[in-house]
Amino acid sequence: MEKMKVIAEWTYTPAPIERGYTRKTLYVNVGEPRMEIKDVSQDMIDTFTGGRGFDLKLLWDAVKDTTKWNDPENEIVLSGGPLCGITQYPGAGKCYAAFISPLSGQTYDSNSGGYWGPLSKFSGFDAVEVQGKAEKDIILFINGDEGKIQILESNLKDLNAYAVTETLHEYFAVDEADKRNISVISTGKAAETSYYGCMNMSFYDPRRKVARLKQAGRGGGGSIMRDKKIAAMVVKFSKIGGNLNNVVDLDTLQRVGVKLHKEIHDLDDVQCKMRKVGTAHLNEIMDEYHLLPTNNYKFGQNAAEISKIHSAVYERLFTQGMPDGCWYGCSMSCAKAVDGFTVQTGPCKGEKVTVDGPEYETVAALGSNIGVYDPLWTIEANFYADHYGMDTISLGTAIAFVCECYELGLITKKDTNGLELNFGSKDDIMELIHRMADGKDEFASMVAKGIRYMKKAFAEKFKADAKTMEAIGMEGQGVETSEYVPKESIAQWGGYYLTLKGPQHDEAWLIFMDMVNKQLPTFEDKAEALHYFPNFRTWFSLVGLCKLPWNDVEPANNRIVNEPKEAAKVPEHVQNYVDIFNAVTGKGIRKEDLITMSEKVYNFQRVFQVRMKQGEANHNIPLRALGPVFPDEWEARREYYDGKLREIGIDPSALSTEEKIKKLQEYRLGMWEGLKMAVYKRRGWNKKGIPTVETLKRLGIDYPDVVAVVEKYSKPEDNFD
Amino acid sequence: MITVNGEPLDWKPGMTVQDVLDAKRYTFRMIGIWINDRPVPKNEFSTTEVPDGAVVQAIHMVSGG
Repeated sequence: MEKMKVIAEWTYTPAPIERGYTRKTLYVNVGEPRMEIKDVSQDMIDTFTGGRGFDLKLLWDAVKDTTKWNDPENEIVLSGGPLCGITQYPGAGKCYAAFISPLSGQTYDSNSGGYWGPLSKFSGFDAVEVQGKAEKDIILFINGDEGKIQILESNLKDLNAYAVTETLHEYFAVDEADKRNISVISTGKAAETSYYGCMNMSFYDPRRKVARLKQAGRGGGGSIMRDKKIAAMVVKFSKIGGNLNNVVDLDTLQRVGVKLHKEIHDLDDVQCKMRKVGTAHLNEIMDEYHLLPTNNYKFGQNAAEISKIHSAVYERLFTQGMPDGCWYGCSMSCAKAVDGFTVQTGPCKGEKVTVDGPEYETVAALGSNIGVYDPLWTIEANFYADHYGMDTISLGTAIAFVCECYELGLITKKDTNGLELNFGSKDDIMELIHRMADGKDEFASMVAKGIRYMKKAFAEKFKADAKTMEAIGMEGQGVETSEYVPKESIAQWGGYYLTLKGPQHDEAWLIFMDMVNKQLPTFEDKAEALHYFPNFRTWFSLVGLCKLPWNDVEPANNRIVNEPKEAAKVPEHVQNYVDIFNAVTGKGIRKEDLITMSEKVYNFQRVFQVRMKQGEANHNIPLRALGPVFPDEWEARREYYDGKLREIGIDPSALSTEEKIKKLQEYRLGMWEGLKMAVYKRRGWNKKGIPTVETLKRLGIDYPDVVAVVEKYSKPEDNFD
Repeated sequence: MITVNGEPLDWKPGMTVQDVLDAKRYTFRMIGIWINDRPVPKNEFSTTEVPDGAVVQAIHMVSGG
């Protein structure tokens, strides 16, 4: 590739890292262009910890109340956190991104593995914020080796992710070994029209000799990249070592890390098999428990087809025996890949490629949820989603909605510009995906903007029935639901639809606890879980850790030494987190402090949503998420659903199926309202879901501008008694 | 009769923990069993008998996602 023209260049002296922090953040405005290095105050560390907390604090200061996703002042803020980059404990390479989302119009946080988080910190920055809009396609390059920031004029011929990533690893490396010192954030052509453009964060795999892609997939970060005309962001740092975080207590860090490595080594094969098949171990389990989204979440099971997408099938397709960690030292090694895959369609037809994944979510989204039970097709769809820069979850859930609209006759073949989009119409669905990347087909561009956009556009343009689409469009706060059927778990209604950013499973996954284990019988029990788990999981995003080593492996005696409810929290691993946080930072936190640390950021983000939505940061839930909408859904589990009516004192024997559905919907809508109030109250919010001033004070986040938002939109009549 | 996660299940003489799991179609690998609040090690599921009237908790461990 020809040398790229330098548009702007700045030099800096990389700050040393002490106890996990550089105490500096990088600001780059790609439009002006301008660069600034900001100090991190002790208050910022004490309140926001790092990672997503730093992202949100910087974003709060950068945007106005009226900022839209495609305004120049919107930012992409990226941060790992104080534990990011340690190599002793598995899962410590996470990077968290925050931005105002095109899907929801409020903040979204999305995370990825790969090397960007650690390498950007080693280059001197606890966070990187990118603002402004460039006039031409540019590449932002952070050279941590030389202390240099560059904005380069892109001369990339292909803006799709695999091409961008491979080219830039080659361009910025001096030799093959040096490629491992680089991480590229890329998206793709579809992100130019889509609202769910993903960010791919790379790491170089020296054994396969290819750049691998992990995704901060959700929320539309890739769409913002392309709106800013950012073709890629690149970081380079060559002196990777075992203690670049300059931790306080390396011995403890190593001791705790070795303990978990041994646990994974000894137990993973008999527990989740993450090392062999990654999260795809869930495929048949979710099907067995009626949780696998099937045909736009109509059903949770397809007994006739599940064997085709069983984890054993994927285990054979994934290359085995390779160390698949997405950061140094992660023995969980779940970043599975399909090597030597021959692409069958589209611009890469005939090429042999390495495809990252698919993970469980993609198996469901671009599989069962759209009626496709062909792993090779799903792998190809996964490849193109990443390559074109689209979130596989939103893409699959959006297409599932389209397929159901098509089968219901709400949209026609004429509307789809000739595509037959029944469930399972895999050739035409693949063509739709290619059209999204092409950006010229009006229908494909509608699909690329997500369900909330489609509901409005289909009603206006195709006269599709709005009420039906409201019932079956599986979005919350504008974001597509991820890949678990939530209908039969009241707690999971909250786990999905009472979240900060929309129905993504990284806040709380309570289906087993609630629906199967029956550990959360009352609203108060559910509300407590919807307080504890979202805050516990938030903590990972503050410090730079992956959630998977928390509960996708557990100590052999976890179920012996703990009573059932505590065992679900995996107490020994919680103590590990306390120990490694203290070992890195020198602080003396206790396990209770994990929740408080998170609560500060969780409530700050909620106020941020209230601010961006001018007080109307509402939690919506589609009827499909609450139960059956159409008779075939009821009839598929008639005995079960008739029993649900009997449980609430309704005799189903004299009712038609439509009447039964209506009765159950009325009951469950009441339950949803009850759950919402219990959760708001437990979280210290008012009846409109706004944190109270007392909550802000308790958490020490009663900054004047934060309090002002709460006071502006809170009314006395909305207070709980 | 026994209860499993609060729901009744017919009891049979010689019924083991594994029989209970099969009857409930609980196929998940990360599952913990408590019989009358007493934990049962996984390697004893096939040999541990469940007494009539027992309160069985079959706890699926993963908090998921």
